Amino acid sequence: MELFGIPMSALLGQLLLGLVNGSFYAMLSLGLAVIFGLLNVINFAHGALYMMGAFLAWMGLNYFGINYWVMLIVAPILVGLFGIIIEKTMLQWLYRLDHLYGLLLTFGITLMLEGIFRSFYGVSGQPFSVPSQLSGATDLGFMILPNYRAWVVFASIVVCLMTWFVIEKTRLGAYLRAGTENPKMVEAFGINVPLMVTLTYGFGVALAGFAGVLAAPVLQVSPLMGSNLIIVVFAVVVIGGMGSILGSILTGLGLGVIEGLTKVFYPELSATVVFIIMAIVLLIRPAGLFGREK
Amino acid sequence: MLKKLGYLAVLVGALAAPMFLYPVLLMKILCFALFACAFNLLIGFTGLLSFGHAAFFGGASYIAGHALKVWGVPTELGLLLGVVFAALMGLLVGKLAIRRQGIYFTMITMALSQMLFFVFLQAPFTGGEDGLQSIPRGTLLGSIDLKNDLTMYYVVLGIVIASFLLIVRIIHSPFGQVLKAVKENEPRAISLGYDTDRYKLLAFVLSAALAGLAGSTKAVVLGFGTLTDVHWSMSGLVVLMTLVGGMGTLLGPVVGAIIIIALENKLGDFGTWLATITHIEWFNTIGESVTMVTGFIFIMCVLAFRRGIIGELAARIR
Amino acid sequence: MTKALEIKHLQAWYGESHILHDVNFSVEQGEVVTLLGRNGAGRTTTLRAILGLTGRREGSVKINGVEAITMATHRIAHLGIGYCPEERAIFSSLSAEENLMLPPTLKPGGMSVEQIYDMFPNLSERRHSQGTRLSGGEQQMLAVARILRTGAKLLLLDEISEGLAPVIVQALARMILSLKSQGYTIVMVEQNFRFAAPLADRFYVMEHGQIVEQFAAAELASKTAVLNELLGV
Repeated sequence: MELFGIPMSALLGQLLLGLVNGSFYAMLSLGLAVIFGLLNVINFAHGALYMMGAFLAWMGLNYFGINYWVMLIVAPILVGLFGIIIEKTMLQWLYRLDHLYGLLLTFGITLMLEGIFRSFYGVSGQPFSVPSQLSGATDLGFMILPNYRAWVVFASIVVCLMTWFVIEKTRLGAYLRAGTENPKMVEAFGINVPLMVTLTYGFGVALAGFAGVLAAPVLQVSPLMGSNLIIVVFAVVVIGGMGSILGSILTGLGLGVIEGLTKVFYPELSATVVFIIMAIVLLIRPAGLFGREK
Repeated sequence: MLKKLGYLAVLVGALAAPMFLYPVLLMKILCFALFACAFNLLIGFTGLLSFGHAAFFGGASYIAGHALKVWGVPTELGLLLGVVFAALMGLLVGKLAIRRQGIYFTMITMALSQMLFFVFLQAPFTGGEDGLQSIPRGTLLGSIDLKNDLTMYYVVLGIVIASFLLIVRIIHSPFGQVLKAVKENEPRAISLGYDTDRYKLLAFVLSAALAGLAGSTKAVVLGFGTLTDVHWSMSGLVVLMTLVGGMGTLLGPVVGAIIIIALENKLGDFGTWLATITHIEWFNTIGESVTMVTGFIFIMCVLAFRRGIIGELAARIR
Repeated sequence: MTKALEIKHLQAWYGESHILHDVNFSVEQGEVVTLLGRNGAGRTTTLRAILGLTGRREGSVKINGVEAITMATHRIAHLGIGYCPEERAIFSSLSAEENLMLPPTLKPGGMSVEQIYDMFPNLSERRHSQGTRLSGGEQQMLAVARILRTGAKLLLLDEISEGLAPVIVQALARMILSLKSQGYTIVMVEQNFRFAAPLADRFYVMEHGQIVEQFAAAELASKTAVLNELLGV
């Protein structure tokens, strides 16, 4: 069967790959938005920490024989702890300054992390095999569904929705939302806001680390994988606005799908389509699709 | 008085420099100094952080290079084309980015610059990964042969000094005062009746055009243009130069450019020296990793050295 | 009996601005005290300084005998203070009920949610509305109600009668008297003299970041001339 001259199975395959990329966009932009909301810092290091998550999974497997499933839990925790150290030793001193210093610091951290990994592993990617439980594909009739990719989309959506639930529906999330609006007042109620800030940063980057582990078998584990991604994620965040969690998730997934479709129909545009959409959104609705003017 | 003596010393130093150092290296430093000064016009004097200036710098170098190499235009026209391209790009990017404030502005400049990177990557005329090679120096104004490095040096010095004076003029003009007001308190400037978006856009275009001049000149000096010049790491590098030298000072970006270029060239030697005095083998490898050292300097500057070298000096003199 | 609040030689800054210059006053357990003064006298800053919400502070702030001048804000709150700021600070990203439930329990003995909804039936009706969609009066009720839940017995109330309809202001006055009879200690900042006068046991008048006058409720009549001068009322 064909659609616009492209075989259906190829189209659906690309769509799935688009959803996979979209899942990473969603998780990273979600973490970025949560951190920005409370800390007012754009965490450029998000890409590098995603890369670190992937590398930790790779190192766990190749140096310690720890399997993918364990690393799926352990790597994000390690990345989260690393993030907490960054926040406590460096980032917290910058809150009273102009926001740009937070961006510059996390940019510097990105360069250092990438530089260190590059000096040990070069720029080429390390292969990471799909865990045996998820290898192969399922024949759905209208397409062949690679199991691992389906798992990535599924796991990402579950984690994103869990994050949304905690933030929107729980008491802890209420503290976060209130703290984003008026941190001094929340502190006056007796809540340890500095601790909440630290943990939020840790959680945001742990999400990035989790995305990294999911990405390891799909993309190659390379020190550059984060920086290629982070700038697209910035565009995603500008398009979606950072006002709503569901907005970030939908925008991320949607743009991934659009990118995937572009690869099929206009491959030359695929690297730049997200940026083009960003330009269009800026012209029509500067605050972003789901954003509140800030 | 001290300031005037300082500038005089710098000028004398610049005129005499080719006697002590390789002219090509000096010219590279001059081009980056101009790039940093152009960038500083935006961040230091208007308060706008653009993380996508590489698009103007590298883009102009491609355009100028192509014009000189393929169309065979005289050198001054090639430089002009580079500047015009950069100004045009500055207009487009600026128009979009200014629609948002603060950190969103920065993210937009980053994203649009990345888009241009991909365009240049895919465009055949840039030579892609190989870059644009063999750009001829040509002759300036039909009579000055630029193949001689020493001649070229003084031409570049002239261009950079003229641009620097232009920036000084801009900053001290009424237009520059409005930019300063925008930097310090934009809502108040708006309440006074200024259409701040227009001022910001003009500052952006000027900054982009001068960055383009730096890029075009660099292409002529070195004879090639590469993807590195349009990559986001180049955008980051100019931020670092300005930060290290001192944002919002006039000479800061120049000093920053000198330090960072010197560092890039001498990093290997510095690493070996560190390795010998500390006996830590790994220092020998830092020559390979400019990225890592750049990142480290960034972090140190942001945490402990925000005013930059000139900024710190200026604060102490007071 | 330890004083609920004892402030000695308190100084406070916002950045470079030196707002409080040597503030001294104390509040006994179960007292209602009012800080009077013109705008800019430093009354709000005094409340904020008690909680550590200003910039640099110097001097002594003892809450139930515990020295709090160097404590972090969230720890000061845990000493049993409830703060109702001038701007009410109702969170727009939370519903009315979420706003009510937000402050954690600081000490036992706070009002239960049912008791609060009994005292403020409007809040019960509007519990699922977005916090900032409530009317001015309802938001003020909410701002006070949420600190009553926490078990805090020392309440710092900043201009709670401001901008409200007289009938609501009367309701607030009745509420304050009720709280007082239950043993709450209250420090009120008030512009509305008519509102504060029947409620307070003692009055302090501030000017230029210092206490310049103090008197008990019984002396009120004799002090009207001084007050007119100081408050320009």
